Amino acid sequence: MLVGTRKGAFILTADGRRTEWTVEGPLFGGWELYHLKGSPADPDRIYASQSTSWFGQLIQRSDDGGRNWAPVGNRFAYATETGTHQWYDGTPHPWEFARVWHLEPSLTDPDTLYAGVEDAALFRSTDGGSEWQELPALRDHSTGPDWQPGAGGMCLHTIVLDPSDPNRMFVAISAAGAFRTDDAGATWKPINRGLRSEQIPDPEAEVGHCVHRITMHPTRPEVLFMQKHWDVMRSDDAGESWREISGNLPSDFGFPVSVHSHEPETVYVVPITSDSEHYPPDGRLRVYRSRVGGNDWEALTNGLPQEHCYVNVLRDAMAVDELDDCGIYFGTTGGDVYVSPDGGDHWQAAVSNLPAVLSVEVQTLP
Amino acid sequence: MIRVELPAHLRTLAAVGKEVQLDVPAGATTADLLDALESRYPVLEGTIRDHDTRRRRPFVRFFACEEDLSHQPLDAALPDPVASGHEPFVILGAMAGG
Repeated sequence: MLVGTRKGAFILTADGRRTEWTVEGPLFGGWELYHLKGSPADPDRIYASQSTSWFGQLIQRSDDGGRNWAPVGNRFAYATETGTHQWYDGTPHPWEFARVWHLEPSLTDPDTLYAGVEDAALFRSTDGGSEWQELPALRDHSTGPDWQPGAGGMCLHTIVLDPSDPNRMFVAISAAGAFRTDDAGATWKPINRGLRSEQIPDPEAEVGHCVHRITMHPTRPEVLFMQKHWDVMRSDDAGESWREISGNLPSDFGFPVSVHSHEPETVYVVPITSDSEHYPPDGRLRVYRSRVGGNDWEALTNGLPQEHCYVNVLRDAMAVDELDDCGIYFGTTGGDVYVSPDGGDHWQAAVSNLPAVLSVEVQTLP
Repeated sequence: MIRVELPAHLRTLAAVGKEVQLDVPAGATTADLLDALESRYPVLEGTIRDHDTRRRRPFVRFFACEEDLSHQPLDAALPDPVASGHEPFVILGAMAGG
């Protein structure tokens, strides 16, 4: 388990029972680790986004499963002239690089990976992170001047690669919405039809939605699940249209959404009280699971704190493994990392009292 | 030979102690010092000043001889005690919590 926190990274390991965890870290102590992720093509190859407001952005790479690390390229230069996007007060604001939120390694090539950055843009490296080139068509989209930052900044935080089509990719930007390319990044299309956001002047606008997370099951790349600022959504046509599946959730505000590794209709979310109260309803930390692709949700509480719990679970801080039973993992802003080795029925803390958790990824190793 | 003190995070990155020593030409400026530092330790590129604009990062400060040199032009000559190696040029993170 690769855990990024506000003050460093941690690597947790366990055998297939997933009950006894060894904790290594902090790596890069004192730095913000927005995201770490291993290459699906080579699990020994791991990339990490390391930053602070003081000293900027670094990308670290390990070629031996996280035992040794070396900094690689950290120059993220926008490829074309940068115009303005909207600032919080609605005034034009120049595009400025701040940090890398998300790293998405290629499904097939350990040396190729994508980086989603703030201010929103998509970069790619084909040499293991040494050099980065922007795919500028996304930032140059005609709607770009209308994008505006969410509370965390104007970040490209989600990158989903289609395993059935190397030219298709989905990204999400707060607060612009979801976009899809079908030509490897040469052109992009907003895919926000069906989203409704009362926080923007036109609730059904083409862009402006605060999409928090998108995920898919690799066997069904046409089916996408989304946690939006408010509303849990589903698309069955690769984002062409969305419908709400919040159903009986106690709140449909939240950040992460994940799909069970072996059951494409089993979906997990962590409801948060509201946009102004980023903690679980009633102080009870509950993961909600739908086994029917949405609308009908059940609370999963066994082993999770059910009183006085006021933490959040951020968008990159939930993951699943590939074992049978599927393991579900999430980290909290209170520094606890919870694991369920049985699809959510039972939970335990793998580690407690880390710095606030920003991201959780899992590698299932032979 | 001039002396440069680095903040803890940058020492870790560059795998050096608190102070490094650099050769710079006579009459060297702050920009010359930073060029020499980044040339010796490429991992520091982008951590003290922006890759492209070459401007100091907002939360990085330059002190020397009990003066804050952060807002002086980068092409200003280093103070004589720094240029002569008697005083270190101090690079540090701004006192900004966190």
